[in-house]
Amino acid sequence: MLKKVGEHTIKFTMPPKIINGYAIVGPKEGESPLAKYFDYILKNDTFNEKSYELAERKMLEQAIFGATDKANMLSTDIDILLSGDLLNQIISSSFSARQLQTSFIGLFGACSTMTESLAVGACLIDGEFADTVACATSSHFSTAERQFRYPLELGCQRPPTSQWTVTGAGCSILSREGKGHNITHATFGKVIDFGINDMNNMGAAMAPAAADTLCNLFKDTGTSAQDYDLIVTGDLGKLGSELLIDLMEHHGYKLGNNYCDCGQMMFSSSQNTFMGGSGCGCSASVINSYILAKLDSGEYKKVILMSTGALLSTTSSQQGETIPGIAHAIVVEKGK
Amino acid sequence: MDKEKMNMAYSKFVENRLPKTKFFPSLLWAFLVGGLICCIGQGIFDSIGAIFPSLEDKVVQSYTLIIIIFLASFLTGIGVYDRIGNFAGAGSIVPISGFSNSVASPALEFKREGVIFGVCVKMFTIAGPVIVTGISASILVGIIYYIIGLF
Repeated sequence: MLKKVGEHTIKFTMPPKIINGYAIVGPKEGESPLAKYFDYILKNDTFNEKSYELAERKMLEQAIFGATDKANMLSTDIDILLSGDLLNQIISSSFSARQLQTSFIGLFGACSTMTESLAVGACLIDGEFADTVACATSSHFSTAERQFRYPLELGCQRPPTSQWTVTGAGCSILSREGKGHNITHATFGKVIDFGINDMNNMGAAMAPAAADTLCNLFKDTGTSAQDYDLIVTGDLGKLGSELLIDLMEHHGYKLGNNYCDCGQMMFSSSQNTFMGGSGCGCSASVINSYILAKLDSGEYKKVILMSTGALLSTTSSQQGETIPGIAHAIVVEKGK
Repeated sequence: MDKEKMNMAYSKFVENRLPKTKFFPSLLWAFLVGGLICCIGQGIFDSIGAIFPSLEDKVVQSYTLIIIIFLASFLTGIGVYDRIGNFAGAGSIVPISGFSNSVASPALEFKREGVIFGVCVKMFTIAGPVIVTGISASILVGIIYYIIGLF
């Protein structure tokens, strides 16, 4: 039986469950309004390692092992690890996977990796190819800065449209059995490019992709924004979220108070991050802490999680190419 | 064509919503900090001149520059210069201390990649374009100067 509904959406017949989540964040994120929800907050951003790359890897490993621990599992109980990050050749993920004795599928969806991995993981479980899947991703402010922007100590100003890459990692354990929240639908996004080429304005580059995926999800499932307790995007930031609201209104859907953005929730306005947080770790840490907690408590019953990614590289940017965006959405319903 | 029009429309749509840099405070901070760095430079220049009156002005100038460059590199190393740059902008980039910061910061950042491929290769990633432009311009001016001298 085909599980596809509409043009782009998958409806799972045996909804896979998110049985657990683990979120670890850096010291700056530890001062955020969501701080009390995180499982672990780093005391220093090098995590007592020699380089920021090693620190990011250690965070990701801790997220994976922390999540399996919470689920009373061993890492060997995981059939497949799905993971990705922002660094070239996704080294954080594959080097972390080196520590595990499980199959590994590396994903690259830039900052959209969290929901991308959840959607792929759900497909693997519903397709009966795996029992337990770990979905993990990470980002680190300092590794992203050195790869995409300038040295940390350079005395330059950040433009007002810029966002702050979140230092953080998150891991969700998906399982066919057990107690958890059900992933009922997944919509894989299209790559959308509206011609934005400003590396410091990722929100504007990603908003059209987010609007496209969200419209597809609504159309395919015959729902609208009012049917969900929460619609949360990954890292559109302040400007990107406003653009998304406008674009959705243009398509005939009204996003109300039930809409929010992980990037905007992550930092308070006094933390000087301009448009808010970004990076894989942004949606990963918010989804695996705050959102799961609210589903646990019953405050939310049905939510859309949609991480957004800007698929650029430093090479494409320097050669003057525009920035393609992507967004993957999943629908999660509170489990019994 | 249609796609192009749509992109143009979107760019316009985004542009109208862009948050603006606060013009006046940015200018004021740049002016104050830039001015302060110049005053410090003049202070060092005058002090050296007063302590060693026998030195020529040109030599004192060189010493002043060396001291300013050292101070900026030192402040970069202890993580202060980027904070100054955060609010001062061009005020701390344009003086020679900014140049020092642009060389010291990548050197620090890439020391993990080793002395040769890290520090030596990356040291001029930011200052490089400035040096190339400076040298090219001086060659050009030199040639013009030479040609004018012929007549």
